Amino acid sequence: MNSAVLSADAAPAPGKGRRYRLDKPELLAPAGSLEKLKFAVRYGADAVYIGGRKYGLRSNADNFSIEEMREGVEFASRYGAKVFVATNIFAHQEDLPGVGDYLKQLEDAGISAIIAADPAIVEIALKTTPGLEVHLSTQQSTMNWQAVRYWKEEGLPRVVLARETTMEEIREIKSRVDIEVEVFIHGAMCSSVSGRCVLSNHFTDRDSNRGGCCQSCRWKYDLRSDGKPVAEPGEHLFTMGSKDLCMIRHLPDLIDAGVDSFKIEGRMKSIHYVASVVNAYRQAIDAYMADPEGYTISPDWIADIGKAANRPLSTGFFYGTPGANEHIYEPEEKPAPYDFAAVVLDYNPSTGVATVQQRSPFKPGMEVEFFGPGGRSFTQRVGEISDEQGNRLDVARHPLQTIRLRTDCPVEPWDIMRKKIG
Amino acid sequence: MLVSAGSVSQMERYVRAGASAVLIGEARFGMRLPGDIPESQIEEAIKRAHELGAKAYVSMNKLFRNEELAALPDYIRLVANAGADAIVFGDPALLLNVREVAPGIPLHWNAEMTGTNSAAAAYWGRKGAVRAVLARELNEEEIIGFKRQTQLEVQVQVHGATNIYHSYRNLLQSYMDHLGKATRLVDLGEDRGLYLVEAERPDERLPVYEDANGTHVMSADDICLLEALPELLAAGVDSLFVEPLLKSEEYNETVLRAYRSAIDRWFADPDGYELDERALDEIHALQPSDRELSFGFLYKEQVY
Repeated sequence: MNSAVLSADAAPAPGKGRRYRLDKPELLAPAGSLEKLKFAVRYGADAVYIGGRKYGLRSNADNFSIEEMREGVEFASRYGAKVFVATNIFAHQEDLPGVGDYLKQLEDAGISAIIAADPAIVEIALKTTPGLEVHLSTQQSTMNWQAVRYWKEEGLPRVVLARETTMEEIREIKSRVDIEVEVFIHGAMCSSVSGRCVLSNHFTDRDSNRGGCCQSCRWKYDLRSDGKPVAEPGEHLFTMGSKDLCMIRHLPDLIDAGVDSFKIEGRMKSIHYVASVVNAYRQAIDAYMADPEGYTISPDWIADIGKAANRPLSTGFFYGTPGANEHIYEPEEKPAPYDFAAVVLDYNPSTGVATVQQRSPFKPGMEVEFFGPGGRSFTQRVGEISDEQGNRLDVARHPLQTIRLRTDCPVEPWDIMRKKIG
Repeated sequence: MLVSAGSVSQMERYVRAGASAVLIGEARFGMRLPGDIPESQIEEAIKRAHELGAKAYVSMNKLFRNEELAALPDYIRLVANAGADAIVFGDPALLLNVREVAPGIPLHWNAEMTGTNSAAAAYWGRKGAVRAVLARELNEEEIIGFKRQTQLEVQVQVHGATNIYHSYRNLLQSYMDHLGKATRLVDLGEDRGLYLVEAERPDERLPVYEDANGTHVMSADDICLLEALPELLAAGVDSLFVEPLLKSEEYNETVLRAYRSAIDRWFADPDGYELDERALDEIHALQPSDRELSFGFLYKEQVY
């Protein structure tokens, strides 16, 4: 159809998505707390998204006060990174008063963008806070180019696509509409169409669309037919739980499709997890952008992600509708093989001694791995350890205790020391 | 008094039982309809509804994929020319198409669980919506507040199962494949009677089915707001929806008759109105024994 409205912004260029905005795809990381924000930025995130005390979908996360946001923005800006705030609830009548004032506070704190799903919040932001970009949340489940076009006409510079969107669909969207497109590339995901699940509301009176989700989709259910269980005794029960998304092996496809922002899920995840995952994707994006032709995937990136989490992974809808292998029927959640043992505070090159802050107990003789931004890493055995006063210790047992130890290679502040579990 | 219908004959039965509007269409464009009225019959169906004195709304409330967009203009034109009284939408892509090919046709905004506040409704109202379909998770206070704040017509589901989970994944087929059961031959559709039971809630049976639009999980209970009707009518609710899915036509007719009579009696004399216990009993008599009738979220307070 040749109409002004329904035609594309530019002639579609099949095969190759055209990049309209960002020269290099943005790596967007979750930050459930100020400390996580700092790690995410330090490990290479171009932007982080956080939740405020209101209107976000993770009511169990620590979430940021306005003061903490200010500090986060200040820290991020030192590294050229931006801070977005998720205001992605679907509001009820009672939630609406105060949204405008809250958004003004965000704008004033230096937040770059909000991620909003409810058109009521989108509209308030467009009217009252011109300094805040409005990114359409994945909760709107936008998966076709005309819907994307619609939101562009509304004045939004970016749409976070539905997790159901395929690679080919992204390619077409980017070739038809001049707008930034953000997609989730890693982490846990709703198996429902986002926003279209009220299991929590029904089972526990907790409103999933206002942050109360109790993950009922991951519970086990008996599927019955004619009153009889479909599974034989001993067979796995039914579940709606999806494997986590992991696109580390497919970044070139995403970049070629024209994706502007790669989003990592997990405002509830640990520092160790966020640092490891951000680190891996940062290296992959940089390697590909520096030399697309010569790009190869490093097994280290994949291994590093595996050290911080041990969850079954999949590619979601990118290459087709998920099937039997993309859902979790087995008993879930094996612990991560490594744990966060300490963070490096300082390093003295002349003595080779690092000052670290304890994050979980460690002791001499233990094998540990140090890693830092950019993929630096080495393993060593822990030698003598001492406290700040120089007293030798048998175990670093106190949380946040300052510890000195010799390292086999130079380390830098923010480097993480992790230990193998078990 | 609105009900969805899966065929022309069903439509006729429901209108005779008291429905004053029907929601029709097919799974290519609309979600969770009780059956498809194909393109070739939609014009006739709309005409028939009008002959019977009922309004005919066409459901196009899917979230569309790129490849589905091409079919929208012709279908919109078809149903608009056939005299459809409204198109129900959820995806903003539909607005662009309607603006283009049938700018005059009234639109009903139905975002399922996410239709939760009047400001969002007002927003869609400025884009052409004349009606907001309210999320079933709103309580009475919220419904009343919504209606008070909005210029749009307000539609509330008063009876039947509600969809509580929708996925574009084929979760039943995936599970069957995982178990290694040869079930390509088994129909996983709504008529199959499949349901889910969670370990700690053995008495709740959640119907589940799969169709061209993915996997749908429905509520374990049926809402029944017959007793709350005066409150909803006094609040000015404009349209009362009966969900006929997973029920027999006989059951749905009984439900429609009960609500029709209640509505008519309330409007004739709001102050003298009394609940007809017999009508409620008739519904109870046909109510499947494994599904409770409940007030849904009408009197609930949710936390988050």
